[in-house]
Amino acid sequence: MAKLLYFGRLSDVTGKTEEIIDLPDSIETAGELRSWLDMRFEADGALLEPTVRIAINNEISFDADSVAAPDEIAFMPPVGGG
Amino acid sequence: MILVSADEIDAAARLRAFEAEAGDAGAVVSFSGLVRPSSGQGDVKILHLQAYSPMTENGIEAAMAEAKDRWPLSNAVVVHRIGDMRPGETILFVATASKHRRAAFEAADFLMDYLKTKAVFWKREKTESTEVWIEPRDEDYADATRWEMEEVN
Repeated sequence: MAKLLYFGRLSDVTGKTEEIIDLPDSIETAGELRSWLDMRFEADGALLEPTVRIAINNEISFDADSVAAPDEIAFMPPVGGG
Repeated sequence: MILVSADEIDAAARLRAFEAEAGDAGAVVSFSGLVRPSSGQGDVKILHLQAYSPMTENGIEAAMAEAKDRWPLSNAVVVHRIGDMRPGETILFVATASKHRRAAFEAADFLMDYLKTKAVFWKREKTESTEVWIEPRDEDYADATRWEMEEVN
């Protein structure tokens, strides 16, 4: 099982802030997960935008990085506080 | 000191405590960010701030370490609120202490640019009619690049 988090406007797209799922066997990288989720949520590319960064276990990661259970994988649109 | 919390921020009390700890620093600069009463969308009812711990805190920690590398600070504090806030309430409090004012001003400015454009927070603004996620403005990103340009020079 992997834990997926959707921050900011992505929670509007997915309808949830987090979920725990079994990753399909075909998914080995963050980029593959991104594409699969975009189709699953019919997000029309919202998860594919280059400004949406992915953090794996609290570290900023890249599409080529491996994902596997029990990773915590966060999808993060542009950040900013204050 | 770094604190990310849903508790209300009492900036005056934070400043008093910071000054009391400042010791032999001759200069203290503080900044308070407040929820604006209106935006392009209308009158603001609620501003919601979301963080991702511990990534949010780790990032602020790194920015503070960089500030301490670049300026001779004796102390620095960042307090950032999360959750729902109303207009006029304090979103964040930043203070820096140094022997002289220039370092304290610049370090506080640097930390604020980090917090506005790079800190791991997301903001949602609720007005009478709409609810929208707010991302940094172009001006915010431009402000943040000032520090990169100085590194090149």
